[in-house]
Amino acid sequence: MATVKFDEATRLYPGNDKPSVDRLNIDIEDGEFLVLVGPSGCGKSTSLRMLAGLEEVNAGKIWIGDRDVTNLSPKDRDVAMVFQNYALYPHMSVADNMGFALKIAGVDKGEIRKRVEEAAKILDLSQYLERKPKALSGGQRQRVAMGRAIVRSPQVFLMDEPLSNLDAKLRVQTRTQIASLQRRLGVTTVYVTHDQVEAMTMGDRVAVLKDGILQQCDSPRHMYDHPNNVFVAGFIGSPAMNLLDVQAGDGGVDVGGSTVPVERARLAGASGGNLTLGVRPEDLELTTEGQGIPVTVDVVEELGADAYIYGSTKARQHIEADDDNDAPEKPFIARVDGRRPPKKGDTVYLAPKQGHLHLFDAESGARLGD
Amino acid sequence: MALNITASRPDPALLDLPWELPLETWPEDNLAALPRGISRHVVRFVKLSGRVLAVKEIKADIAEREYQMLRVLNRLEVPCVEPFGVVSGRLDRQGNALDACLITRHLQFSLPYRALFSQSLRPGTSSRLIDALAVLLVRLHLTGFWWGDVSLSNTLFRRDAGAFAAYLVDAETGELHQTLSHGQRDHDLDIARVNIAGELMDLEAGGYLEAGTDPVDTSNQIVTRYAELWAELTELERFERGDRWRVDSRIRRLNDLGFDVDELSISTDFDGTHIQIQPKVVDAGHHSRRLLRLTGLDVEENQARRLLNDLDSYRASQDRQNDDEEIVAHEWLTRVYEPITRAVPRDLAGKLEPAELFHEVLEHRWYMSERAGHDVPIEDAIQDYVATVLPSKPDEATVVGVDTVEMPVVAMFDDL
Ligand SMILES: Nc1ncnc2c1ncn2[C@@H]1O[C@H](COP(=O)(O)OP(=O)(O)OP(=O)(O)O)[C@@H](O)[C@H]1O
Ligand SMILES: Nc1ncnc2c1ncn2[C@@H]1O[C@H](COP(=O)(O)OP(=O)(O)OP(=O)(O)O)[C@@H](O)[C@H]1O
Ligand SMILES: [Mg+2]
Ligand SMILES: [Mg+2]
Repeated sequence: MATVKFDEATRLYPGNDKPSVDRLNIDIEDGEFLVLVGPSGCGKSTSLRMLAGLEEVNAGKIWIGDRDVTNLSPKDRDVAMVFQNYALYPHMSVADNMGFALKIAGVDKGEIRKRVEEAAKILDLSQYLERKPKALSGGQRQRVAMGRAIVRSPQVFLMDEPLSNLDAKLRVQTRTQIASLQRRLGVTTVYVTHDQVEAMTMGDRVAVLKDGILQQCDSPRHMYDHPNNVFVAGFIGSPAMNLLDVQAGDGGVDVGGSTVPVERARLAGASGGNLTLGVRPEDLELTTEGQGIPVTVDVVEELGADAYIYGSTKARQHIEADDDNDAPEKPFIARVDGRRPPKKGDTVYLAPKQGHLHLFDAESGARLGD
Repeated sequence: MALNITASRPDPALLDLPWELPLETWPEDNLAALPRGISRHVVRFVKLSGRVLAVKEIKADIAEREYQMLRVLNRLEVPCVEPFGVVSGRLDRQGNALDACLITRHLQFSLPYRALFSQSLRPGTSSRLIDALAVLLVRLHLTGFWWGDVSLSNTLFRRDAGAFAAYLVDAETGELHQTLSHGQRDHDLDIARVNIAGELMDLEAGGYLEAGTDPVDTSNQIVTRYAELWAELTELERFERGDRWRVDSRIRRLNDLGFDVDELSISTDFDGTHIQIQPKVVDAGHHSRRLLRLTGLDVEENQARRLLNDLDSYRASQDRQNDDEEIVAHEWLTRVYEPITRAVPRDLAGKLEPAELFHEVLEHRWYMSERAGHDVPIEDAIQDYVATVLPSKPDEATVVGVDTVEMPVVAMFDDL
C-alpha cells in the first residue's frame, strides 16, 4: 500500500500547443479513494495514464510511496488497471483463474493459494474456488475478474470509467459495490469518471479538472459546500447550482431589482463590482416580496415531499466563457415544500438560506469569502 | 426508437434478420456454425446474401466506436476483420431495448486458436501462433495503434505456408495515437504475455495443449519475438564509413522479414568517420506486394515468398532469366500455379485456400521425391496429394463443431 503524489506533473502531447495536463499537484493518502472528474477532454485519462506509465511525463514527477516512478515502465510500478477486459478461462477453476498471473510472475504455489484464499474471502467466493466459471452467476464472474487484480496485491488500483459499458441501473449498483470493496481492501485507488454524481458518491476526495488544470481537490462534502470557483460550483451538484451575474450594491448584491444581503467583508476580495452569485436549488426559502430573488414560475415538478420549480429571473444567468452562447437560457431552479407548491405563472421570492450563498469574482471566477 | 443501420454499403437483406430477438436466441437456420474464441459478448455467425457475417451484441456507443476503429484500421491496411455495419435501436417484442450489434465480415479460412488446438497438431503450433501475433503487434504499434486487449482470442489466424498470419478481430479497447510511447508498447506486451499464458494454461487444463509446451515459457516468446522484430525495424545502426555495404544488408534483412523500407535516414558524424542509418517508414508485405504486381495473386506473406521461390526455379529451369520478369510470371501462373490449384475437385475446394494448397503440394512433392530418390513431376504430386492427403483435412473455409465459449462477465455484484 502506498501514497501517490503528482508533483507538477505535466503532459504535452506532440503536436499540441497546450499541455493536456498542466502542472498537476495532488497528494493521495495511503488507502485513499481519489476520483478524477471533469468534462470530456479535461485531462483525467491523461493524468491516470501518467500514473500508470502509459503516457510520458514531460515535466514534473510522479511518486508512488517514496519511489520516483516518473520514468519506470508500467509493469515496474506495482499498479493494477482494474476492469480491463479480463477474460475468464472455461477449463480452469475459479482459483486458477484468480491466481494464474501470479504463477507467471514466479510466485510459489503455497503463496498463490494463500493470496487466492484471502481474496476469495473478501470477494465472497470461498466456496466456489474449485468450480469452473461457467457455474457462476454474472456477478460472481465479475468478482473473479476483480480477484485477478486483488491477488497481485498492487500498491495502487487504477480505474478509468470502469462502468461506462453498463446501463444506468447497474451503474448505480456497481459503483457502491466497488466503493465498499475498495474500503475493505484499503488499497489506494485512483478512479476516473466524467460523471460528477459517481465522483461524489464514491470518492474520499474528488479532484476536478478543467482544461488540464486542477480546479479543486477536496472531500465531496467540502467541495459541495465550498466550491473554489464558479466552474466547480456549476459542475458539481445535480440539479446544478443557480449562477447569476450580479452587481455589488449597498449592504449586499443586487439581483434583478432586489437586494440580497451580504456582509461587506465578503466582498473585500472582489476585483470590481461584477460578481457571480451562486445558490443551490435546495438552499432557497420562500420569503415575502422585496426580500429575496424574484422568480417567475414556468414549470412545477411535483415529487411528493418536494417540488422543483423552474423559472426565470431578471438577473442574467452566468455563462462560462466556453459555454455554447446559443444554448437556451438555463432555468432558475428551486426546491420547495411539496405540499404547498406555487403555481405556474406565479412570481415567488426566494432567499438563500443562512450560510448557503456563494459568491464569485466575475473576473477570475474565484470564490469570495469562506 | 426505430431500427438504425450504419453501414458504408448496407445490404437490404440485413433487415430480414431477427433483430427483435436477443442474439443468443436466434434460430439455427439464420446461423452458420463456425468456431469462435473466448468472448464476453454474444457472437454469432449469420449467412446473408451468400456471405458469412459475424454479429456481436454490444452497447451501442461501443459498437459504433469499434466499427469506426475497424474502418480506420482497414484504411491503414493493417490485417484485421472488415467492419460491415452497426445495428442499433433494437427492441424486443415487448418493446424493451436490446443492445446494438456490431457486424463484421467473417474472415474466410481464418481459424481461432481454439479450433487449431482441437485438430491434430504439428509440434510447435503454439510458437508459430505467437510468432504471427508478434508480427501483427509490431505492425499495429508502428501505425500508432494501442490494442489494450492483446490475446490469442482476439486474433484470428490464417495458414501461411506452414506458418500463420495473424489478424486483429477485437478492437474494442484499441486507441489510435500519433505514435506510441514506450510505456504504451510495454503495457500491450505485458497484457499479451499474461493473456497468452492464461489461454495456454486453459488449453492445458482442458487437455488440448501439445505435449511438452510450457504455457509460461511460450507466452514469454511474445516479448522476445516482438523485441527482435521491433529492433530490426526501428533501431539506429552505426558503422564506419568504409562499411557502406551495411546499408544494403539492413534493407535485405528487412525484406527477408517481409518489410519494404519506404524511408531510411542516413547521416554521418561531425567528423565524417561514421555513418548512421535508421529505418523511418517500413511497410509490411514485401513479398506479397511483389507477387501481386507480377501475377495478380493476393496471398499471405509467407505464401508469397514460397510462390516467388517457385517462380524463380521455374525461370531457371526454363532458362528464362534474361526474359521480362512479368512475362515469365504470367507463364508460370498459367502453366504451373493454376493447373495445380484447379486440379482440386469441387467438393474438396473448401479444405484449403489455393495458395496454401499450392504450398502443401510443393511440400508433398519434396517428400515424394525424397522417397523416390529422384524428382517427381508436380502433376504426379498433386494427384497423389488430392488422393491421399487432402480428403482427411478439415474443411477450413467453414470449420464446424468445435468447443466455443461465451463467458459473459456482467458487471454486477449481485450478492456481495
Ligand atoms: N494522443 C494524443 N495526442 C494528442 N492529444 C491528445 C492525445 N490524447 C489526448 N489528447 C488531448 O488531451 C486532452 C485531454 O485528453 P484526455 O483523454 O486526458 O481527456 P479526458 O478528460 O479523459 O476526456 P474523456 O472524458 O473524453 O475521455 C484532450 O484535449 C485530448 O484531445
Ligand atoms: N469477423 C469475424 N471473423 C471470424 N471470427 C470472428 C469475427 N468476429 C468475431 N469472431 C470470433 O468471435 C470471437 C469473439 O469476438 P470478439 O473478440 O470481438 O468478442 P468480445 O466479446 O468483444 O471479446 P472480449 O471478451 O475479448 O472483449 C472472436 O474470438 C472470433 O473467434
Ligand atoms: Mg474478444
Ligand atoms: Mg472485446
